[in-house]
Amino acid sequence: MVKKLDITQGLPDPSKVMDEIMAKYPTKIAKKRQKSLVVNDPAEGKEIQANVRTIPGIITQRGCTYAGCKGVVLGPTRDIINLVHGPIGCSFYAWLTRRNQTRPAEGEDNFITYSFSTDIQDSNIVFGGEAKLKDAVREAFEIFKPKAIGIFSTCPVGLIGDDVHSVSREMKEELGINIFGFSCEGYRGVSQSAGHHIANNGVFKNVIGNNNRERIGKYQINLLGEYNIGGDAFELERLFDEAGITLLSTFSGNSTIESMEYSHMADLNLIMCHRSINYIAEMMEEKYGIPWVKVSFIGAEGSAKALRKVAEYFDDAELSAKVEEIIEREMKKVETVREAVKAKTEGKLAMMFVGGSRAHHYQDLFTEIGVTTVSAGYEFAHRDDYEGRDVIPSIKIDADTRNIEDLTVEKDLELYREDLAVKKEKLLKNGYEFSNYDGMMPEMKKNSLVIDDINHWETEKLIEYYKPDIFCAGIKEKYVVQKSGVPLKQLHSYDYGGPYAGFEGAINFYLEMERMLCTRIWKMVTTPWKTDPEIVGSFAINE
Amino acid sequence: MVRFMNTAWQLLTQIKITDMRKIAIYGKGGIGKSTTTQNTVAGLVEAGKNIMVVGCDPKADSTRLLLGGLAQKTVLDTLREEGEDVDLDDIVRPGYGGVRCVESGGPEPGVGCAGRGIITSINMLEQLGAWDDKYEIDYTFYDVLGDVVCGGFAMPIREGKAEEIYIVVSGEMMAMYAANNICKGIQKYAQNGVVRLGGLICNSRNVDHESDMIEELARKLGTQMIHFVPRDNVVQRAEIHRKTVIEYEPEHGQADEYRKLSNAINDNEMFVIPTPLEMEELEKLLIDFGIDA
Repeated sequence: MVKKLDITQGLPDPSKVMDEIMAKYPTKIAKKRQKSLVVNDPAEGKEIQANVRTIPGIITQRGCTYAGCKGVVLGPTRDIINLVHGPIGCSFYAWLTRRNQTRPAEGEDNFITYSFSTDIQDSNIVFGGEAKLKDAVREAFEIFKPKAIGIFSTCPVGLIGDDVHSVSREMKEELGINIFGFSCEGYRGVSQSAGHHIANNGVFKNVIGNNNRERIGKYQINLLGEYNIGGDAFELERLFDEAGITLLSTFSGNSTIESMEYSHMADLNLIMCHRSINYIAEMMEEKYGIPWVKVSFIGAEGSAKALRKVAEYFDDAELSAKVEEIIEREMKKVETVREAVKAKTEGKLAMMFVGGSRAHHYQDLFTEIGVTTVSAGYEFAHRDDYEGRDVIPSIKIDADTRNIEDLTVEKDLELYREDLAVKKEKLLKNGYEFSNYDGMMPEMKKNSLVIDDINHWETEKLIEYYKPDIFCAGIKEKYVVQKSGVPLKQLHSYDYGGPYAGFEGAINFYLEMERMLCTRIWKMVTTPWKTDPEIVGSFAINE
Repeated sequence: MVRFMNTAWQLLTQIKITDMRKIAIYGKGGIGKSTTTQNTVAGLVEAGKNIMVVGCDPKADSTRLLLGGLAQKTVLDTLREEGEDVDLDDIVRPGYGGVRCVESGGPEPGVGCAGRGIITSINMLEQLGAWDDKYEIDYTFYDVLGDVVCGGFAMPIREGKAEEIYIVVSGEMMAMYAANNICKGIQKYAQNGVVRLGGLICNSRNVDHESDMIEELARKLGTQMIHFVPRDNVVQRAEIHRKTVIEYEPEHGQADEYRKLSNAINDNEMFVIPTPLEMEELEKLLIDFGIDA
């Protein structure tokens, strides 16, 4: 029986295990990695190294720039054709892997079940692939007549210099629909984060503001950085609908390109995943005067807080009353399940290394059922996602960051919402918080271990040290972790579950954790070499 | 270990003395690689050798003098138009004295990847059996575009495609700089392969003390100046007539110079891994010969 880590007197100082981890690294690498492993102290506010190049040879969790641009940000939108310009693998292996769901209305287009690619070949590399790209755009248009086509550059396209932007302009002219390209070659940044930024720029330049639609609701909002994995967005839409809040567009779960075109008519932007989408929120505020607030609908408490935050912004008694009514009703349902689950899960330990916001958000859900997060970190976040937006001015802008265009945005004199700016001023005076994110570290316990871009060596050592009851990460880590006898919950794709957002989502998550944390199955897993250290084998050659 | 090295070396030298000699010509853009190659080839043809020339330049002008014009369809064009169904006869054309001429070709300037094109093209030729024993080829010449700009243009010196490299150079600073750079490429591939430097061909630009300077550069690189080709306008006149000097004015002294170069290459036994110079050393060479002398 493994002895459990005792955390009754607070979390132990993990410095010793950190030294053990570092001892294996060559000096130069240890020096670099050291800055990405931080023993948390919320009172002190420590600095962490993030968004820097991964060390070659380390097994990283990270994805590429193309994955961030096409897969994360644009992927979940159903009525745009996302055409990948490159060899087939980039498109095939990014096909529906994130479990983004969508719900088209009767007769409405839905292209996310398709995989579109130019499938370029050797001769396209030699002679250039622009002609083939044009043909593919025409073919896609002929067959599907979509409202828009996005073109995504993969690595070889950047190397041979195909100009996806001029092809987009030409095809837009020829076909009369919105067509735009992204220079999101996989190698453009240190992680998928660069791809998010490139996608934000492209959507802002080519989509947002194309349709000045008349007001359709009393309280118009957008939800940014919610990707409808496992149906999260459906649960949130249910809540907004009932409260009488009009969700103009979601970026980009269960969304349409059409809704993004008029998203600038909103009164408020809510940000869920700060890392992947804060650029659009910032630019929309500069151009149209729409304020943004950071919320988290992961966790019942967080969902209630977020709904109240929206009601407070609109400052309407009727809306507030409705929101309180919903919260009261939903919380009752949540509490019953929560208490039953908490009785079984209290005191258990979790580790989570995922995303650019998820490793933070899911800690709330765990806290609600009495599970302590002993160690956490992001794959592709920046320092502000760890330490809070206050540190942004002190973040060193390196060459990799400069490689990504930073758009200069000017006020739209016609559409700028002076009224919202005035409202914001007034609310700020009352202590209402805008444009802020405190990050993950201030909310984590003292001595918890925060790690950016964790690798498999560190993962294995820390599992030995913390003996967590559950580990949250993605598919690349899942089976390695489970072989060490620890269940792994995927927080990218939710394995086969979800939704986990909102109140219904919280209930789903509690029950899922009860299932995963209270089974004895993991204790029955014994590695064969533990009982029989001698492994005998033979070659079957010449037999 | 030593015994292993010896065996390895014997193996390498055995590869060297196999029937066909595989030669690549490199050098700065505009230095006269194609002209020199074709005239050398013409000299070897006169001496009764059976030769194949592979142009590795997207401009596809490496065999113009041997074919009497740019009439040839390139490997890549054929591949693009015919698809998989390519016949060797579509891409190999007989030129002066029966020389088998191939142009690998490539994309328009500013598009695609010419380097990848060279790789595709040479692989294609091999698959089609362009070097089959039945052709009894004595020499293959690869004429490669300008400087070694990317992995694709290094193709002929990788994987044992070419075993001997000759660098065309003049006494001009940038030509020598390029030659030195090419030596770095050869050095890199020579460590793990059979490729060796056969010498520098000085294609004179009438620079002061040019011959001495290139002799000295060759010595420092650990190689030889295999021949000094003087400058003569007859080369230009022959080019206008789409001919090598040997074909155009066989009695001219310049034709003899090319014959000498052909002989020197034919008799060459000095194959080395070059020792490239540091930039300072190269500049000093220019000062020593260009100013002081």
